[in-house]
Amino acid sequence: MAVIIEKNTKILIQGFTGKMGTFHAEEMIKYGSNVVGGVTPGKGGQKHLDRPVFNTVKDAVKHTGATASILFVPPAFAADSAMEAADAGIKTCVAIVDGIPSHDMIRIKRYMRRYSKDEKMTLVGPNCAGIISPGKSMLGIMPGHIYKEGRVGIISRSGTLGYEAAEQMKNLGIGISTSVGIGGDPINGSSFRDIIEKFETDDETDAILMIGEIGGPQEVAAGEFAKENMKKPVIGYIAGLTAPKGRVMGHAGAIVSAYGESAIEKVEILKECGVTISKNPSVMGDTVKSVLERM
Amino acid sequence: MDIHEYQAKEILNSFGVTIPRGGIVYSPETAENKAREIGGSKWVVKAQIHSGARGKAGGVIVCNTPLEVAQATDKLLGKKLVTNQTGPEGKIVNRIYIEEATDIEKELYLGLVFDRASESIMVVASTEGGMSVEEIAKEKPETIIRSKIEVAVGIQSFQARELAFGLGIEPELIRRASETIIGCAKAFSELDATMVEVNPLVISKQKQILALDCKMSFDNNAMFRRDKVSELRDKTQEDEKEVYASDRGLNYVSLEGNIGNIINGAGLAMASMDMIKLAGGEPANFLDVGGGATPEKIVKAFRLITMDKKVKVILVNIFAGINRCDWVAEGIVQALEKIEVKVPLVIRLAGTNVEKGNKILRDSKLNYIEANTLEDAANKAVAALKK
Repeated sequence: MAVIIEKNTKILIQGFTGKMGTFHAEEMIKYGSNVVGGVTPGKGGQKHLDRPVFNTVKDAVKHTGATASILFVPPAFAADSAMEAADAGIKTCVAIVDGIPSHDMIRIKRYMRRYSKDEKMTLVGPNCAGIISPGKSMLGIMPGHIYKEGRVGIISRSGTLGYEAAEQMKNLGIGISTSVGIGGDPINGSSFRDIIEKFETDDETDAILMIGEIGGPQEVAAGEFAKENMKKPVIGYIAGLTAPKGRVMGHAGAIVSAYGESAIEKVEILKECGVTISKNPSVMGDTVKSVLERM
Repeated sequence: MDIHEYQAKEILNSFGVTIPRGGIVYSPETAENKAREIGGSKWVVKAQIHSGARGKAGGVIVCNTPLEVAQATDKLLGKKLVTNQTGPEGKIVNRIYIEEATDIEKELYLGLVFDRASESIMVVASTEGGMSVEEIAKEKPETIIRSKIEVAVGIQSFQARELAFGLGIEPELIRRASETIIGCAKAFSELDATMVEVNPLVISKQKQILALDCKMSFDNNAMFRRDKVSELRDKTQEDEKEVYASDRGLNYVSLEGNIGNIINGAGLAMASMDMIKLAGGEPANFLDVGGGATPEKIVKAFRLITMDKKVKVILVNIFAGINRCDWVAEGIVQALEKIEVKVPLVIRLAGTNVEKGNKILRDSKLNYIEANTLEDAANKAVAALKK
């Protein structure tokens, strides 16, 4: 089985009937994802894209047995929707939305502490491209066809840089088991470390490519985890070598504010952790290839 | 979003933090009168710009008469102050804050930030006020004390007390010190701040606890629910091109180099800048037109980049996913019908329908250099510079 989502994972679209929700639900259905319905408060009982619409996530879960959801709601309501999903028993929730206030993200994460480890939802994002297990299911907004099926896991903060890596790998004949976009915000649902741990125990993944950037402690935390606990090789790239200190580079989380948060410092620390570094973004695929050949 | 010192002081004051008496002026004519109104016998005239380290740059002047206050105001207004945080172009002084001078007995440091590792709000305090927190961390790390706020319940009195005692504050002032810390924490939580800094927080000879200099930053993503805070934005303190960009939904950061670039996605934009640097060039900017790279955004991006006189080459790098390369190519062609680009243009498309996209560009009358990979694009941009 793939990490996080499987071929038949039942998916709900939160913010189903909106423009974004509709467009990406169609793309996901075309890819073969098992979209079983959606939620738009006040439109319960209607049909949309031949699938039922529910007023609440609880109703939707009760009637469809959905275990995953993807949020296409505006930033102001996203925290509420994520907590609604967690409370309704959704196991995996992807928040695509860019622009959730950081204070709201902290509140979501504190709220989720009320669930035991087994009951707890995996939140991925926000401000991310989502999850894809090529050939199985897509719970995201990525162009599915650029991902070849295979045995390398990808974790990326950036959407388009993750696409770049997937395409470089496809051109070299390397496939992907699962690609997870964890998003560009300072506080996110799942960290590099959370996902890398899942890949370590995934029997369909042989190696992991981690695409990080400036700002925050997460790449280093994942590197340290890998050093202590992992047998599978980890390849890394860190964007933002040329980024000035103290400036936000597009992603709200891409800001160097402490030691260990610049690209050079992260690269050095990751190397010490045994991570193979892709020396530039043009050779992410080549670096993965050379690591696979050594295995 | 950053605000001015006087604005941060007003906000913190409304949360129970004591500040010295003071007032804002916009002209030297009103300064003398304002000084009399504030009262006292010594004043500090402070240039209001979005930067710290103003003292070292000559932006803070101590005056002994209301006339001196007027003269100091006249001297600072309209001036561009260059500090170690403003960049070489400096920031314009349009507002002056006049404050009653304080007899300082002790200077402390108090700051609140988001701690990304613990995903909570962290209070940081030190007995070494007046220095930047970076300097304190480097030179006197043993003086730093921290306390993590549990956001579900907010800061607790005991936490504020622990911090106050930790700073060595004398018992009779602990209550006021605690109220100050709690006020800052409440302002942080209730206004979607990302940073509150009181540096220095002083104990005056008259045994008052006063916020002598304050800084606050706010989460741009939360401004939709913070009308009053967002009104405090002062665009004169921001880079002109960055204001133009943010008003048009583009993520832009002005840099020092001469290769302008237009990219979709923040990560890819940073990666492209890195490639430019590795190829021996210097990026003129960071620009993310958004993952979707719609034709409207591309037009706006070209307008913005062509405004920048230091740009000698433009590099476009778009990874088209769901929005296909042929759409993106049409967007670029349309944009360049409207906007004249006088410098060499390197375009790299990747992703869905890349062949179709490149064909549209080739068949157009556009004068450009085609590139295939990220590396190829950066090399060609740097080569075009040298021609």
